[in-house]
Amino acid sequence: MPLEPAITDVEPLKDKPALAKLLASDTIVVEQVKWDRDELSIWVARENLVDAIKLLRSSTETQFTFLSDITCTDWYPSEPRFEVSYHLLSMARKERVRLKVKLLGDDAQVDSLFSVFPSCDFFEREVFDLFGVRFHGHPNLARIMMPEDWKGHPLRKDYPVEGYR
Amino acid sequence: MVLNMGPQHPSTHGVLRLLLEIDGETIVRIMPDIGYLHTGIEKTCEAKFYQQVVPMTDRIDYLCPMTNNLAYVLAVEKLLGMEIPEKAQWLRVLCNELTRINSHLVWLGTSAMDLGAMTVFLYCFREREELLKFFEAVAGQRMMTSYFRVGGVALEPPLGWFDRVKKFADTFPSKMDEYEGLLTQNPIFVMRTKGVAKLTKEDAIALGASGPTMRGSGIDFDIRRDMPYSSYDKFQFQVPVRTEGDVYARYQCRVQELRESCKIVQQALAGMPEGPIKADSPKVVLPDREKMKTQMESLIYHFKIVTEGFTVPPGEVYSAIESPRGEMGYYIVSDGTAKPYRVHMRSPSFANLQVLRTMCEGQLIADVVAAIGSIDIVLGDCDR
Repeated sequence: MPLEPAITDVEPLKDKPALAKLLASDTIVVEQVKWDRDELSIWVARENLVDAIKLLRSSTETQFTFLSDITCTDWYPSEPRFEVSYHLLSMARKERVRLKVKLLGDDAQVDSLFSVFPSCDFFEREVFDLFGVRFHGHPNLARIMMPEDWKGHPLRKDYPVEGYR
Repeated sequence: MVLNMGPQHPSTHGVLRLLLEIDGETIVRIMPDIGYLHTGIEKTCEAKFYQQVVPMTDRIDYLCPMTNNLAYVLAVEKLLGMEIPEKAQWLRVLCNELTRINSHLVWLGTSAMDLGAMTVFLYCFREREELLKFFEAVAGQRMMTSYFRVGGVALEPPLGWFDRVKKFADTFPSKMDEYEGLLTQNPIFVMRTKGVAKLTKEDAIALGASGPTMRGSGIDFDIRRDMPYSSYDKFQFQVPVRTEGDVYARYQCRVQELRESCKIVQQALAGMPEGPIKADSPKVVLPDREKMKTQMESLIYHFKIVTEGFTVPPGEVYSAIESPRGEMGYYIVSDGTAKPYRVHMRSPSFANLQVLRTMCEGQLIADVVAAIGSIDIVLGDCDR
């Protein structure tokens, strides 16, 4: 099927359960939203991330009980540099949603989801190891792929593909 | 005492290092240390054209290469908004299920061998040899097949291939009876797996387990059935679920999955449609070789696709499929050029490894071996 253009206004997407839940809350700020290729992406403010995910997990209209993936994209040299994406899956409603947080290059830190989803453990360690984004509240934020004494964060765009050795 | 179950160990199914803090024979804490097989595939993919990434995906989960291929090409096709012809979709399902049988046979052989059953290992690899011959016939390679392309599959299967696969599928259920006869009621196997390494339903979801690891604990979710892709909605198959959550439950789930995969293979062979095996999209799909040698436009398209790649409209997509280990997802971000901006593989083994701590703490050292076998990790998948 040919691609339809992406929808970035909030108006036509207001009925999607995940977005409706977040918009209805007083404390959570939805910065941006996009419906593209049958997938919903919601950008939230960094401070509201844990609350947003808790809300999406616990409410019966959305039931996003499974954390599929946490990953990061590096948009160097444009700012905000890092964009951390959280993919949630609702097994009961067979639906996915993507929550995203934009972070500045010299202030790359966000709260850990460990209290909500213990499965974020390895995912957050990987994002820290390969991008340098710190997660507050993570019980053991150590490098996971690279050796412990490695300098630099390999998946950043200013790190060469061939490496330094 | 801290014991190192080092990266080189016959039972860790790859280069997995486990630090076991033990008190006598009981495990107090278990800390997995991975990264020994990290080859930077995600970084390398950013420097390659979209079609050049396909052979890289084979090597991630090397026991089910066609499944990785499928996950990647489905994601790129979603980014492009491409429609795949029916025959290509059914061929993909057929190859995917043969790969699932392949992967589960390796799991069965190696995890049974870890517990002492050597004969099962040799029997499973005897079946696997047949499957590898089929893959070699259709794709040219036994393991790293790279058979799928963005837009369909690479080549038509050779003459007589479907009949050979049918013969295999007809005899496979009796072989499964042989393996089950050796293990399912075997008192030693049952004693080593029943009640060992339990994983509760809540822990499975909280820790991000997927695939048979989660279905052995009672969660009834299978991406093939619930969020179908590539014509899986046209096939009838059961999804085995058990509630006990121990190693024996996961064993039963996977053994039943082997039988169900064989049923899907039979259905695919019986109903294989006719038609083209590649989508009609000249800017993305390489033209037929004969046309390329005789027609000017096909030659130009071939040249452009091979040397410059095809551009993909900007955007991002997360597309997940059910691999033998669980949910395998590809998150691809495109910036409008011919090379992907970011390719991330959500590998099931990486997430499933997190349940090892909950399963093994408080258990005996020998149970760790059974537990690792039952969560079926592949370190290539874990580390990328």
